Amino acid sequence: MKRAILSGNEAIARGAYEAGVRVASAYPGTPSTEILENMVQYPTIDASWAPNEKVALEVGIGASFGDGRALVAMKHVGVNVAADPLFTLSYTGVKGGLVLAVADDPELHSSQNEQDSRNYAKFAKIPMFEPADSQEALTFTRIAFETSEQFDTPVMLRTTTRISHSKSVVSLQEQVTGLPEPSLEKNPAKFVMLPSNARKRHPLVEERLLKMEEWACQQPFNRVEKVAGKIGVITAGVSYQYAREALPDADILKLGLVYPLPKQLIRDFAANYDTLYVIEELDLFIEEQVRAMGIEVKGKEVFSICGELTPGRVEQSLSGKPSEAYFSHSEPLPSRPPSMCPGCPHRSVFHSLNRLKAFVTGDIGCYTLGFMEPLAAMDTCICMGASIGNATGLSKLLSAENQRKVVAVIGDSTFLHTGINGLMDMVYNSSASTVVILDNRITAMTGRQENPASGYTLMGADSYRIDLEQLCRAVGVKHVQVVDPYKVEATRKVLKQEMERAEVSVVIARRACMLVKRDPVARKPAFTVDSDRCTGCRACLKLGCPAIEWRSSAAGKGVAHINGLFCVGCGLCQQVCSFDAMGVSND
Amino acid sequence: MTNQVTNILISGVGGQGILLASEILSEVLMLAGFDVKKNEIHGMSQRGGSVVSHIRYGKKVYSSIIPEGQADVLLGFELLETYRCLPLVRQGGSVLTNNLQIFPPPVTLGKETYPEDIPAKISAAFPDTTLVDGLRLAAEAGNPRTVNTVLLGALSKRVDIDDTCWQQTLQKMVPKKYLEENIKAFNLGRSL
Ligand SMILES: Cc1ncc(C[n+]2csc(CCOP(=O)(O)OP(=O)(O)O)c2C)c(N)n1
Repeated sequence: MKRAILSGNEAIARGAYEAGVRVASAYPGTPSTEILENMVQYPTIDASWAPNEKVALEVGIGASFGDGRALVAMKHVGVNVAADPLFTLSYTGVKGGLVLAVADDPELHSSQNEQDSRNYAKFAKIPMFEPADSQEALTFTRIAFETSEQFDTPVMLRTTTRISHSKSVVSLQEQVTGLPEPSLEKNPAKFVMLPSNARKRHPLVEERLLKMEEWACQQPFNRVEKVAGKIGVITAGVSYQYAREALPDADILKLGLVYPLPKQLIRDFAANYDTLYVIEELDLFIEEQVRAMGIEVKGKEVFSICGELTPGRVEQSLSGKPSEAYFSHSEPLPSRPPSMCPGCPHRSVFHSLNRLKAFVTGDIGCYTLGFMEPLAAMDTCICMGASIGNATGLSKLLSAENQRKVVAVIGDSTFLHTGINGLMDMVYNSSASTVVILDNRITAMTGRQENPASGYTLMGADSYRIDLEQLCRAVGVKHVQVVDPYKVEATRKVLKQEMERAEVSVVIARRACMLVKRDPVARKPAFTVDSDRCTGCRACLKLGCPAIEWRSSAAGKGVAHINGLFCVGCGLCQQVCSFDAMGVSND
Repeated sequence: MTNQVTNILISGVGGQGILLASEILSEVLMLAGFDVKKNEIHGMSQRGGSVVSHIRYGKKVYSSIIPEGQADVLLGFELLETYRCLPLVRQGGSVLTNNLQIFPPPVTLGKETYPEDIPAKISAAFPDTTLVDGLRLAAEAGNPRTVNTVLLGALSKRVDIDDTCWQQTLQKMVPKKYLEENIKAFNLGRSL
């Protein structure tokens, strides 16, 4: 048997391959992104990036209706975008198996909220598996496809950051054979969800859940581990691992399917214990349902509803005592927040917006880091695509003078995800704001994925690169300008001019991300500081470039120093220095 | 039978090559026949933020996160990030740290201060502390960007695994173009 050490995401991709998946579609989002990135190695799968999660799911549904197995992946908030097709897909059911892999992010390592996707399974009335390590991620992916076809339902597969990004040892199997060939079948009663058809499907959805609830009591993915017989724990996913660490003697009912719950199995298990815990991260999803069955459990009164669990947090919650570390610091430590990379093309746009005192409705991407000191030029951030609508709404209230200060800032991938709709509204309803599209040709935040404005697909094939200028003009924007953000003064001038305009205008700041994978940007020689010329004015520090450090000087004000290992030679610091202290060294 | 699990923590700054180092380490451990789990956060933390990677191995490993205060070995790629992670190390644990300072933005902006004398503070609490001159050894190996491999070499001495496992895994995981300098870097670290 072949063994490999795989992350949860790699294991899901492998499981999809083994399950004979034909079509995979996703929009990137931490911590789910690597699922699709890892599909590329399997030639039997057509894997692609969709412009957003709704489209990704719709692509998956199409493939399923053609009797091919389809996997769709997204992060938790992506399901909000894909919820519309998801809820009706629950009614139609599937033809080829369809699995929606969703990655939650307890602790908000890289997200704007920590919503618990398990509620979606209940809300949409579809089953949800939750693996506790990479082996289960692989196995459950395979089982999820079988389940999808057996019960004629889409299936969700939920992971959390610690499952998606943890690596553990798995054994690999062969790909299944004997799946049906794709076909075109007309079946309007099942596939056309207008009221008269959908009304008939709803009772089937309810029956399906009841059948699955019974079925789930006999399945090996819901298992009881008996140890000492004194304390009982019901748990699932990564929480299972922490429960095993903290309570090695406890008996555990480990759920592989977190919705619908195997009620009889739970009743039988619970009957054995005076002390019964439900250990789960985020919402009291299992706990509430177990309580509704009339079973007394300890759950969220012991374990936090916010953030993720860890072995230590589980132990502390159980004992009620803080854990004691051998070492503790006797001084405050400086924080180390992430920042824009050296050479990031977003930097100068925020440097300008800060100087122009703009009120920036922001969006989600690497550029959200523009809210931090010293750039400090982002004032709102809600969800992908929100910046433009936010600017429109805000402008409706403001005086003409204040309206000019409002600037929406959005990345290329985010603009094509859901920003374009906001721009239509802005023009249609005669707003007067300025929109800046930060076009770095890539979806950088999540690790440099291709998008419809990149010119490449996920598989690496050349493809049409959307012409953003034309797109903006097509929805009715009359003033569209393109700037090179490496030219600091020119960028600021254009931004100022467009902010003053009492009509919708779009400024496209175009410069490839330093990290694009295909045709990568070459680093230029590092800059150095002439410490005789540096007056210690700190103007360069306002760029917030990680390559610029500050060193003490004899005169006391300090001087700038450039770390040659980090500097990529973008030259912004040279442009903002009034004393000509930055240059390229000759050695 | 006791299930002895060994816990290795790697910390540093996003962009220092921590992920590759921990990737190689976990492959080596799997090759040596252990159950291995490895965990770290991708995403925001990569952009110059603090990065921590957990590696656990033994006969059977449950949590991929090291229980608080139970790290046996801490490998730090940068002094402040080594220092930051000390509360996660058990009493008597080993600390290996790169002798390098990278100032975080709040320090550069003068809003917070970088602690002084970190190496002395570490070795006062953890007698088994090794200070590694990563950058110098990497330059000696032929490329200043091989610091992570030097550090991995230094760590390899604390992990009881055959040299051939390490060499085999490096061959497999390091791109051909950079293999020679990385083998050199690894050996320099290993002979510390
Ligand atoms: C609905 C939703 N899907 C996905 C994400 C994850 N995500 C955050 S920002 C981003 C895209 C950023 O790309 P772009 O707008 O091009 O900006 P860049 O990071 O390149 O600067 C993605 C996919 C999210 N936060 N919300």
